[in-house]
Amino acid sequence: MKTMIESVRGALLAVAAMAVAAPAMAAGEAPHIERQQWSFSGPFGQYDKAQLQRGFKVYKEVCASCHGMQLLSFRNLAEAGGPGFTEDQVKVIAAEYMVMKGPNDDGEMEEVAAIPSDRWPSPFPNQQAARAANGGAYPPDFSTLAKARAVASGFPGFVFDMFTQYQEHGPDYIYNLLTGYKDAPACFGEDFSGYYNEKFIGGSISNEECQGQNLTGGPIGMAPPLSDEQVEYTDGTPMTVDQYSRDVSAFMMWVAEPKLEERKSMGFRVMIFLIIFASLLYFTKKSIWRDVEH
Amino acid sequence: MAGHSNYVPQSAAAKWLESRLPVIGLVRGSFVDFPTPKNLNYWWTFGGILFFVLIAQIVTGIVLVMHYTPNTAMAFASVEHIMRDVNFGWLLRYLHANGASMFFIAVFIHMFRGMYYGSYKAPREISWILGVVIFLIMMATAFMGYVLPWGQMSFWGATVITNLFSALPLVGEPIVNWLWGGFAVDNPTLNRFFSLHYLLPFMIFGVVLLHVWAFHTTGNNNPTGINPKTKQDTIPFHPYYTIKDLFAIVVFMILFAYFVFYIPNFLGHADNYIEADPLVTPTHIVPEWYFLPFYAILRAVPDKLGGVILMFGSIAVMFILPWLDTSKVRSGTYRPLFKQFFWIFAAVCVGLGYLGAMPAEGGYVIAARILTAYYFAHFLIILPLLGFLEKPKELPASISEAVLSGGGKPAGAVAAPETK
Amino acid sequence: MAQQDTVEPTRRDFLYIATGAMGAVGTAALAWPFIDQMNPDASALSLASIEVDVSAIEEGQEIKVMWRGKPVFIRNRSAREVEEANAVAISDLPDTNARNANLAADAEATDANRGVEGREALIVMVGVCTHLGCIPLGQSGDFGGWFCPCHGSHYDTAGRIRKGPAPENLLIPPFEFISDNVIQIG
Repeated sequence: MKTMIESVRGALLAVAAMAVAAPAMAAGEAPHIERQQWSFSGPFGQYDKAQLQRGFKVYKEVCASCHGMQLLSFRNLAEAGGPGFTEDQVKVIAAEYMVMKGPNDDGEMEEVAAIPSDRWPSPFPNQQAARAANGGAYPPDFSTLAKARAVASGFPGFVFDMFTQYQEHGPDYIYNLLTGYKDAPACFGEDFSGYYNEKFIGGSISNEECQGQNLTGGPIGMAPPLSDEQVEYTDGTPMTVDQYSRDVSAFMMWVAEPKLEERKSMGFRVMIFLIIFASLLYFTKKSIWRDVEH
Repeated sequence: MAGHSNYVPQSAAAKWLESRLPVIGLVRGSFVDFPTPKNLNYWWTFGGILFFVLIAQIVTGIVLVMHYTPNTAMAFASVEHIMRDVNFGWLLRYLHANGASMFFIAVFIHMFRGMYYGSYKAPREISWILGVVIFLIMMATAFMGYVLPWGQMSFWGATVITNLFSALPLVGEPIVNWLWGGFAVDNPTLNRFFSLHYLLPFMIFGVVLLHVWAFHTTGNNNPTGINPKTKQDTIPFHPYYTIKDLFAIVVFMILFAYFVFYIPNFLGHADNYIEADPLVTPTHIVPEWYFLPFYAILRAVPDKLGGVILMFGSIAVMFILPWLDTSKVRSGTYRPLFKQFFWIFAAVCVGLGYLGAMPAEGGYVIAARILTAYYFAHFLIILPLLGFLEKPKELPASISEAVLSGGGKPAGAVAAPETK
Repeated sequence: MAQQDTVEPTRRDFLYIATGAMGAVGTAALAWPFIDQMNPDASALSLASIEVDVSAIEEGQEIKVMWRGKPVFIRNRSAREVEEANAVAISDLPDTNARNANLAADAEATDANRGVEGREALIVMVGVCTHLGCIPLGQSGDFGGWFCPCHGSHYDTAGRIRKGPAPENLLIPPFEFISDNVIQIG
């Protein structure tokens, strides 16, 4: 019997070792996403309002021509835990956009200036129109994108994430992607006319000449959107691609998770309460059980 | 749920009520005066924790329905409306989404506790079987709930899982079309899943009452596995176990709150923040973590029908567990060999969970096959044989004796009877 | 099992009370999100004001607009209607309060206090019967104003209740002219 247990144990250990070793063999093409410092990480993290405002500027002047954020309303820009625009500023921002409303008394739909309660108008009426205008690629909506682009940490990384509360996979990926444009490698061939991004996860490199070169990422539909000095910052923040990428990533995280500050601050109070309540209950329990041998 | 109450109504109003509907006596008999073994350890609090989580899920679910729209055109946006506009909507939704995971964490611990201490053995077979029924309904509920936000994983998870039924010969395709209400997962599917997702928790609640009724009829099992013999072996449920369960529930709430407030999306899948698109399949479809062991078993078999049969078989085998375990001794505490195999089995389940999250290729498939084979061997070969091959440790004379000699803690109880 | 008061009963009592109090506070705090989620949400609150162009309403005509999910009647009354409304003594009215959100809470229900200041032919009212919330029909009833078909409340040409079960005059919502022809309601 004992030998049987030992042999079962041996087999299990072998299986476990194999399972852990397997990913190492399969790796090679997935880009490494470098983790960044974010003001909103950790249990007390909060958005940096100035950064969100800069990120919004980058979105408005660069991204918005292709990417919508249809679940956002203009009024959100003035809400607590966000970029902290005033209501009057939001009215001005909203009025710069036109939205379809109606029908009016003549039964016609009409384009009117947006008001704060309106949702963000998308640059394209539907996905097909967006694809048609962008050479077949679909510029995704930003509403939940920073959460949708969270790159899985894999094993055993996700175990550590649970304790370190690392939740910024999404903005990290967006930052890496925006700063990950490189000249197309020579093995792509002379007639390659697209763009190469070494951090693009959806990309795949099929050229045979590229085999064994340890290239990551792949061709991407989106042209490099940012360049230095492209968006005017008035607060002295460096006007570089790196800074723009960082700011717009933070802004997108807020768009996807606008209640983050409220959540974390409430969480702190709830935790304190529960810990005190649990200790009181522990002593109450001990006191009630004091006469029972158990 | 058993006549254990010595309740005699005092006031006139109570007498009036009790002679017409003996509800006070019923509650007192079940949750106040009910004689409970005095040596239950903290693993036993997970029953109370599960009851709490069930109620929490039902309450948060009911309020979410006040804001959710079960229509393919609006479902995704209505969930985001809850997250952005509804007062405390983000809290309610994160509570409900993470609550499902908490439910499974607690139910897995509860099931393994039952397995370790032999709680499924006579005379508690019905309690155990009802528990497996609850587990099945829970899985159906969780699966359908995950479809409702109408994200990419919702849609493709629903597509893949409903397609399991297409493995059935002849009737497969008609059944799948019947489940879908069409020729693909679409609005009719979403609507019926919403309806059933609302219904099933109340069925769970009903079966839970039967589950409690059953083990209150037989009396609780306990860490020694021996029946209470004298009044010294039991204590009334209230206040002893009410306060202990309450303490355990609040400690569990700390874990729950940690997920909800600090890592609310940790257990979810990022792709579910992309609205469902029937034209694009995510590169890597993974079910929620609590289905991973079963998913690994499904994929371990190269044959479509075989995989489906084995996956359902992995739960079906639990129904006959009370008759597969041939040992006369209930508690794993006094079964040295069983104890080892129990932990190996637990490790195999975790291993299957890991493999379920990995792509089905190469070494992963081989590992999944080995572990799947072991999973079934544990129930069908090891447990029946162990009863004959194993020489159990000497049992204490009573619960009180085990307690006095430091029982409840397995290691202490092992040495004690011999040194006496 | 029975209560055994041996050592330090006061300290133990304090522990039990503190634990119970903590539990009560926690339960109350937990209940609030479940109650508050039914209150108007952020998107509903943001729709609380609308803008309407009133220049196109001919004399004797009226338009209905939606404000907070309810109809608002904007009527450009004829001279005869205004005259009729002015002819009524305040003391004859069941409700002598103007019910005008733009005036003091105790303003009298004169026609001037009901109509739009400076344009007395114009009247802006929430078109919901103050009895049980039905929508009154225009230019009907015993007083030539509005008549609620649900339970027979009669309003006059200034929207004041004259006969029937409704307790109050039709409510006048908060509004202001933001340009010569455009009013903002709410």
